[in-house]
Amino acid sequence: MSLLDLRDLTVRRGGRLVLDGVSLTVAPGEFVGLLGPNGAGKTTLLRAALGLLAATGQSSLAALQVAARARAVAFLPQAREVAWPVSVEVLVGLGRLAHGTGLPEDRAAVDRAIARMGLEGLRARDAQGLSGGELARVLLARALAQETPLLLADEPGAGLDPGQQIRSMQVLAALAAEGRGVVASIHDLGLAARHCTRLVLLQGGRLVADGAPDQVLTDANLAQVFGIRAWRGVAEGGPVIQPLSVIG
Amino acid sequence: MRVLAGLALLVAVLFVASLLIGPAGLGLGESLRALIAGEGDVVVLVMREIRLPRALLGLMVGAALGLSGAAMQGFLRNPLAEPGLIGVSPAASLGAVLALQTGLAASFALALPLAALTGAGLAVAALFLLAGPRGGALTLILAGVALSALAGALTALVLNLSPNPFAAMEIVFWLMGSLADRSMQHVWLALPFMAVGAVLVLGCGRGLDALTLGEDAAASMGVRLGRLRLQLVGGVAALVGAATAMAGAVGFVGLVVPHVLRPIVGGRPSALLPAAALGGAAVVLAADVAVRLIAPDEDLKLGVLTAIVGAPFFFHLIWRMRGRAE
Repeated sequence: MSLLDLRDLTVRRGGRLVLDGVSLTVAPGEFVGLLGPNGAGKTTLLRAALGLLAATGQSSLAALQVAARARAVAFLPQAREVAWPVSVEVLVGLGRLAHGTGLPEDRAAVDRAIARMGLEGLRARDAQGLSGGELARVLLARALAQETPLLLADEPGAGLDPGQQIRSMQVLAALAAEGRGVVASIHDLGLAARHCTRLVLLQGGRLVADGAPDQVLTDANLAQVFGIRAWRGVAEGGPVIQPLSVIG
Repeated sequence: MRVLAGLALLVAVLFVASLLIGPAGLGLGESLRALIAGEGDVVVLVMREIRLPRALLGLMVGAALGLSGAAMQGFLRNPLAEPGLIGVSPAASLGAVLALQTGLAASFALALPLAALTGAGLAVAALFLLAGPRGGALTLILAGVALSALAGALTALVLNLSPNPFAAMEIVFWLMGSLADRSMQHVWLALPFMAVGAVLVLGCGRGLDALTLGEDAAASMGVRLGRLRLQLVGGVAALVGAATAMAGAVGFVGLVVPHVLRPIVGGRPSALLPAAALGGAAVVLAADVAVRLIAPDEDLKLGVLTAIVGAPFFFHLIWRMRGRAE
């Protein structure tokens, strides 16, 4: 049973192909890193898969009713916007809107999400007064509170310090280890190689590579897609990759 | 909950004050006996036909303006949004102005509010036609601004072409907004529109909460944005259209009341909706009592007072916001 099934997903904008026939399935237990240069179609892929964007082809999520979809998948958009001065606890609780039945269950889910992201100390704080890093963690906690089998995250680590980047990758990897599915667009090749179970490489709206990290982050792929050379190694039981220089 | 109870108490006190204060100078016990038990002919007439509809309309118009202001701010995720943005209230004014100009207003009691409601209804239809079924918030505002401009221009044209200064004066005074000389018929005419509008808008709370995190996040949390927009704009149009038809233009209530109450209810749009309705009712009732106390012989207009008090209050809010930012 797959959590996400995309067949030939295609998005056109003003006659230009932004996403070109992408097919992808994600199974429980997978932490899929979505890689590709700026404009490769990572955000478009996530939004089209959710049905937030008009697309041709098939997406198992876009086919769902809106309320059912909210129980099947949580989405963490790239823009970290909070329009009103709500408390952290209320903000994380917004993740329960699609469930909104039993109050005790909802409160327990919010507590779990807050504990998981280590936000106990921030519970009563005004979300608009948080630092960028704190806000990113609070917004991830909101998506976790939705407690869906699948999580789609658009650059969850952008703008975080190294420690927080590693912690959020570990949270996502732990979700996958519990049998859920995660798809996250990531720019940092090192983090992607170390924490994801599988990588998907996009270029110009097309899927050019899909597989285990060492199969995807080959010299040929890095040169072709990013135009870079990288150093590779192994440390503390995991792969290390460091981009070195731009080719040509 | 405590905030709502406090606001409800304030509204109740101001409602009674509105019943008891007026040029007739009736005694307290006398007034209430007349209102409730129907004792004393003239007093009953004053209480039941003049003061009661005035107090009820103050309550309803204020609640409608506060509620729709909170709804528009939540929907557009902008604290400077106000109910007039969608162009319904200038269109309702135009309808009323046309009724005054053509003499229709004098033909039967409810001709003016009915003409205003017709104007509001046409404006909503035009708004949805212009903005389209899937248009975003920006298209909606642009359509509202265009409609406001057109309705404003046509109102100016009517004034421009009015046959004599008295006709023009009558129109200008109506545009300033007032609750004086309304009857229970006005209340019954406004009630269904406001009730439907309030039910529609109060039902948007969950969707507005989700919109706190942006449109994509809200949609992914199970909010149908197209339906939310239709329900919210339809509800706001019913509320604002009916409020303008009854009272003319009463500004600043829909802008300032949600702004002031937002931090007190913890920022959540769904909690702000009922609070802003009560707050709006309190402000309009208080202002309508104030116009009777400040200048009993001058017929000071309600809309003029809310603008004169509201604008400096807004300055104060901006001042405080600046203080926090620096």
